[in-house]
This record gives sequence, C-alpha cells and structure tokens, in this order.
Amino acid sequence: MKETAAWTKKHLLGTEDLSKEEIQLLLDQAKGFKEVLERPIPKVPTLRGRTIVNFFCEPSTRTRTSFELAAKRLSADTVNIVAASSSFLKGETLKDTVRNIEAMKVDMVIIRHSCAGAALFLSRCVNASVINAGDGAHEHPTQALLDVFTIQEKIGNVKGLKVSIIGDIAHSRVARSNIWALTKLGANVTVCGPKTMMPVEIERLGVKVTYDIGEALRDADVLNVLRLQLERQKQPVFAGTREYIKCFGINKEKLKEHAKEDVLILHPGPVNRGVELSQDVADGKYSVILDQVTNGVAVRMAALFLLSMVKT
Amino acid sequence: MKILIKNGRIVDPSQDIDTKKDILLNKGKVVKIDKDIKEKDVRIINAENMIVAPGLVDMHVHLREPGREDQETIETGLRAAVVGGFTTVCAMPNTEPPCDSQAQAKFLIEKAQMTGIANLLPIGTITRKREGKEIAEMKELKDAGCPAVSDDGMPVEDSILMRKAQEYASMVGLLVISHSEDRSLSGEGVMHEGYWSTVLGLTPIPAVAESTAVERDIQIAKLTGANLHIAHVSAKESVEIIRQAKKKGIKVTAEVTPHHLTLKDEDLAAYDTNMKINPPLRSKEDVEALKNGLKDGTIDAIATDHAPHLENEKEKEFDYAPFGMIGLETALSLCVMELVDKGHLDWPGLIRKMSTNPCGILKYERGTLKEGAEADIVIIDPDKEWVYDKKEIQSRSSNSPFVGRKMKAKAEYVIVGGRIVVREGKVV
Repeated sequence: MKETAAWTKKHLLGTEDLSKEEIQLLLDQAKGFKEVLERPIPKVPTLRGRTIVNFFCEPSTRTRTSFELAAKRLSADTVNIVAASSSFLKGETLKDTVRNIEAMKVDMVIIRHSCAGAALFLSRCVNASVINAGDGAHEHPTQALLDVFTIQEKIGNVKGLKVSIIGDIAHSRVARSNIWALTKLGANVTVCGPKTMMPVEIERLGVKVTYDIGEALRDADVLNVLRLQLERQKQPVFAGTREYIKCFGINKEKLKEHAKEDVLILHPGPVNRGVELSQDVADGKYSVILDQVTNGVAVRMAALFLLSMVKT
Repeated sequence: MKILIKNGRIVDPSQDIDTKKDILLNKGKVVKIDKDIKEKDVRIINAENMIVAPGLVDMHVHLREPGREDQETIETGLRAAVVGGFTTVCAMPNTEPPCDSQAQAKFLIEKAQMTGIANLLPIGTITRKREGKEIAEMKELKDAGCPAVSDDGMPVEDSILMRKAQEYASMVGLLVISHSEDRSLSGEGVMHEGYWSTVLGLTPIPAVAESTAVERDIQIAKLTGANLHIAHVSAKESVEIIRQAKKKGIKVTAEVTPHHLTLKDEDLAAYDTNMKINPPLRSKEDVEALKNGLKDGTIDAIATDHAPHLENEKEKEFDYAPFGMIGLETALSLCVMELVDKGHLDWPGLIRKMSTNPCGILKYERGTLKEGAEADIVIIDPDKEWVYDKKEIQSRSSNSPFVGRKMKAKAEYVIVGGRIVVREGKVV
C-alpha cells in the first residue's frame, strides 16, 4: 500500500476543503484499488472488522451500490439504511437516527441527504467518520474524484485541459465538487446551462460562464454532462424539455459542428436518454460513462481506506 | 423611594444633553438633572465612567406568549429585555392565538404588569387572525393600548388589502409596521443570494424579494398618507429606496437588527442554524449600506427581532430549521462593538437609535429624561467585558450564534418606573 502519511482528514465532506495534494493522493490510492478490482478474487482484507453504514435519505441505486461494493471489496461489514424505511417516518430526527446507529458501534457513515450541510451537521454529532455521498446542491466529493480519475486515466494530466460542465448548475452538487477539484488541479472550467439554472456569482469560483452550447463545446477536451431533473419541469426555471434539448442537449450534430472529434464525454448518471445526451452519444466511442462507474468503486475504496487510517 | 444617580455621563438626545451631571428620581419620575445634586434620604447609584440614558426601547420582539410558552414567556422575555438594557419592548402579534383583539392586547399588558419587570406595548395584527384576508379591529386594538399593527412574520401579500389596511390604520392613529417580503421571490430560500449561497449550495433568497416589497409598501404609503415603518431592513437596495422616499417626504421609518449589522452571509459557511434568519444575513456591501443608513438617518431605529426557538427545533438540517435568533441580551453590546467602537455612531447617536427614535416612531412617551418624565433609565458600563455564557441567559431559549462570545458593554443598572430592576447587571 502507498504511503498514507499525508492524509489527515477524518471526514470526506467535500472537494472544496481538499488540497490538490490530497486529491492526487486519493486518486493514486484509487489506482491501486482499481487493480485489485481486476483480480479474479477482487477483495483485500484491509477493512476487515470495520462496520460501514450507508445512510441514504435520498433515492440512489448506483452510488449506494458503489459504496457498498467498495466496502465489501475491502472486507468491511456493511449496513444499508434507506430513509423511507427507517425511523424518519416515525418522526425521529436525523441526529437521533444516526446516533442510534452509532451506538451499535459503527466506524463510518456514508450519508446522502437532500439538505446542504447535512454531512457537516452529522460529522459534528457522531464520533464515526463521515463521507458525504451528496448533500443537497452542495457537494458530492467522490463523484468529482471519480470524474477526475477517469479524465486522468483517459487523457492524462488535468492541468490546462478545457472541461465544460453542462446542465442545471444551480442545483448540482456534482458541478460544485467538480469545479473545486478541477480548478485546484489547474483545469480551465466552463459552465454552461440555462440562465435560469445558473447560480449567481459562480465566476468567482474560477470558471467561465456561457449560455451558448457552441462556446462550451469549442475546444473542450472533456464534457461533463449533468442530468436534467425532469421533476423541475413544473417549476418556473424551465421552458420545457424540448427547448432544453434544442439549446443544451448533446447530440452528434452539435458535436460535429462545435467540438473536437475525441472530446471525452462524462455523465454522473442516470442518463435521460434523448434529453441531455442523445442515444448515440451516450453509447458512443468517447463516452466513458461506464468507466466512471467502474472507477467509482475504486475511488470509493480509496476514500474508505484513507479515512479508516486516521486515528480519532 | 428617591434615587440619585451621581457622576454619570448623561446622554439624552431628546434634550440634546451629553454631559457629566447627576440625575434625581422620585416617585417614579425624573425630578431634575443638575451638577452635584445634594439630597437626603436617597439611594445613591454611583455612575462614574458610565452612560446614563433613557431606557432602551425594542420595537420588535417575539415573546411567544400566548401559545409557545416553551420557547419564551412574557416574564422570561422581559427579564432578558432588562438585562439587555431595555425598559420597554413591543410584542409582535404572531402568537397562538394572535393579538388581533382588545382582549389579547389587554392580556399582554396586564401579564407584563404582573411581572413588574418592564413595560410591554402590544403590537396588534393588521389582519384578522393574521390570515392576510380581512382588516383587524384596529380601533379596538388602539384603545386597548397598541401603538402599531403588524402581521410580522408575514407580509400583507394582497396589495389592495395593504392599501385599505394602511388607510384604516392611519384613520385610527396606528403605525403600520411592515414585514416587507415578496414570498414568491424568496420561495424556499434559506440564505442571501450571492457568492455564498452558490458555494454552500443553499437555496437562495434574492435581495429583490425584500426591495420590491419595500417599494410597493412605500408607494402605497405615499398614496394613503399612512405612517409606515419597515421592519428588519437587510438589503442595500431597500436602504436606498427608503432614503429616496424620505427625501420625497413620504412618512416612512425603518429599523435594523444588531445581527444584520454584525454578521454577513459568509458567516454561514459552518451552516450554523442559529444564523438562519429572515430576512437573511446579507453581503459585506449590504452591511455597509445598513451602517451608512444608520449614519445618515435613513434607518431610524435598532430593534432586535428577538425570536426564541427551542434547541431541538434548531438542531436540524439547515433547510428544516426555523428562522430566527434571540437578541435582547446581546443587542447593546453588539451595537457598541460594531457601531460605537468602530466610529459609526457616537453615544448620543446610539441612544437615539435605541431609545429616542423608537419612542418617537411609536408616539410613546418615554425615551427622555426631561423633568417629570417616567423614570425608565439604563446605566451602561461601556467598557465592561463579559462573556455571553449559556448558563446566564435569561431568555428561555438560547438560539444565538453569539453564545460563548466575548462581549463589551453592559447595562449595569436598569430602572423601570423608578424601581431598580437590574443591579450590577443582574435582575433584582
């Protein structure tokens, strides 16, 4: 195993408070774990005896499964708690629910919640390590880390690359976490989406803003295409799916007109086929969506491992 | 009982007094202010190095009684008030049931009198049951002792109703205090819209949610000729609108809270729910505009918007926690540290904002130390250093982001109607 002396954080709450060295450390660790996943028996005993709880207060199959697999591959014991089926319905507070779980002696809690700040809140009221698997529109660090891992794997050094993040930036934790991680590593980040879905003063995070998909695609090395939350259709942020597809949907024609031939296409999933990505682009040569999923397990193994090494 | 306050710096903007003199009180009234008063059978308070001022008046307090006595009662609220140097508070009517009748108003006044701690002025509702549909019985409320009406907590969304309510209120002689907010613009927002809401991923409340509503309320006031008071101003846009309105002679006044002067949106980075308030903490530029507004008279008063909430209510995810923080016990210190010490206001200026002007706006015969005035007095040690210790909090609730912080300036003595209710900083 690689040198872990440089990782001191007990919790992984966001990429905003990671240094670029910490990011690279985690990604290097993930490389090692990816190799483990390719073995006939893709398992190491590193976290044997540890208990990891997946506490998902928001629906998610892929992230939860990814974390569960990551924990199991490290030989940890896992427990899944999904909010709808938990004491939440009985009116138990978030704090009480987690403290009750902790009282059963767990080492780590992975939390996904619809409220920004929920992971931080939790880290202040439990002794276990906390990993943020998505807190409202705030951060989703492991997603950004696996995105960067995938870019490094396919292209190489992130520094100087043009990365365009496309979609509902205002409501996107994936966008925010990616922005922090990518800008720290020296990428040139552009965000693109409807003005009604662009948060104010986002340029101050060190990104370019455009509402023109052509500008976002031109010279881009990487596109990170966000899922359009169709639930938002009823809200006045949106002129309908058809307009969205027309302006921002990524399809072969737009790519041919504006983008480099080998532009890498990322998407955090699940994809609304025909909306943010056309069918053929989603399954195309330069789409690395499935690689992201594979890499996700490795990156999460790295996160679990590094956190577990921190003495409380 | 006769009380002689000696050697203090008497600051009474109502008489343009800022001088080192003695002040004599008897039978609950101010007898005189003079140099070296000699008097027999008198209780002496040595106010050397202290400010002697008319008792502070807080125009905007949520006492929670009736209905939420678990959060605060009239008694605990008034204790918190006097410890903070306030001799009168105005109780906002968003109680359960709301103060929309003379029976409610009288209950509040009498309950406060029974505690014998400080004065309470009830604010009546603008609309019946505070539902925003029909005008409340304002004449009854006025006769029962309300100086003003407000639906605070909520704006009066229906513009025609706001117009009629202002006309009616001005007819019966009531001030209209407006919580000016366009709720369709603030939506589900929980913090100021700006760089920080973008970074923190919290649903934003744009400044226009306040400023457009302030503009509407002021234009209606121009039409109706009513006396309008804008509660808890927070945005620089609102300050400018009020400034221009005053220039045009529109009868509008405004207040600001100590926390809006002290904290900004950046301070929410730790997602402290005790900083979750409505209107929200805003940017540096807004805070500066609020201070400039105080300095040039655009903002007339400082009022706390003291809003108690239980610990378990606040100890939640940021989105789910209720809005509001307590403020009676820290207001004076925060204003001294943020305004006086930083040179924005001098002592007469501060007393004007915290006593003289609130009384003027409410047409309340206090806020003055002239001969014959009711002896509501605060004696402040401007240099006293103290820690806002949770154990010492007089309010029933402790939802303040300042708990544990070092503070400066304290009310050493508070006299209400000639009786000492706070001695050496403690409720008697």
